[in-house]
Amino acid sequence: MTNELAVGDEVARREITVDRARLVRYAGASGDFNPIHWNDRVATAVGLPGVIAHGMWTMGAASSVVADWIGDPGAVLDYQVRFTRPVPVPDPGAATIEVTAVVGALDPEAGTARIDLTVAVDGVRVLGKAQALVRLS
Amino acid sequence: MPVDVGYAGRQYPPTAAYEVGRQKLQEFADAVGASHEAHTDPSVARTLGYPDVIAPPTFAVVVAQRAEAQLFEDPAAGIDFSRVVHADERFTHHRPIHAGDRLVTVLHVDSITVRAGLAMITTRAEIGSEDGEPVCTVVSTLAVRPEES
Repeated sequence: MTNELAVGDEVARREITVDRARLVRYAGASGDFNPIHWNDRVATAVGLPGVIAHGMWTMGAASSVVADWIGDPGAVLDYQVRFTRPVPVPDPGAATIEVTAVVGALDPEAGTARIDLTVAVDGVRVLGKAQALVRLS
Repeated sequence: MPVDVGYAGRQYPPTAAYEVGRQKLQEFADAVGASHEAHTDPSVARTLGYPDVIAPPTFAVVVAQRAEAQLFEDPAAGIDFSRVVHADERFTHHRPIHAGDRLVTVLHVDSITVRAGLAMITTRAEIGSEDGEPVCTVVSTLAVRPEES
């Protein structure tokens, strides 16, 4: 697979929507019950525009784009992000994150690729230095 | 109360084991939209060479945050969670987490720095099996905003 890939190749692209019900579900599944992710009153009191998505939801949702492309979630060896902007989630309605995965580096000797992710809402990046190191089969 | 920088360098004793269940992995995978069948179908996971269904790449946060609570829920550390913002997160998988794992975590406080009242706290959760096999390293940095901001 290394031979078929080149740095700069776009390997996957997906839009993922997130609404309040999704955040409640993630809160329960993850155990992160911080009220800024489900309570507008608390969120605005701490200076946010309203309820925001868990950064870890965004990170997790973006990783599935890489896992599906590589065909094996266990091939994601290392995955890091910086949380640069909050993702406000309206009610009613939903927010949409746009995920683009591009080959950032290749290591043929190790059989790995670094996949650089762009994760944006309305064209504005919400994650920085989002990189996944994957094992190529 | 300001964040106590004296906690930097601290290492906590190993946590009690966290048992990874198939239903929990399915619940987490559903929540993040991880639809690969290796998370839900043991036969698909075995085809890929794993003993049972495997966790999505960020599931380790569930295990790590139980260990991180030792620091964040310690009143003497002075960390006000209402002013905490997640700055960055990194997972280094030594092998995938799978159903049936019993995971033990050792929490390290790698650094605490304070600049202009903003505290940056970096923790490292070393997650391993009960017999000491490294499974995942989770490095997380939180920013604690000063009061009156």
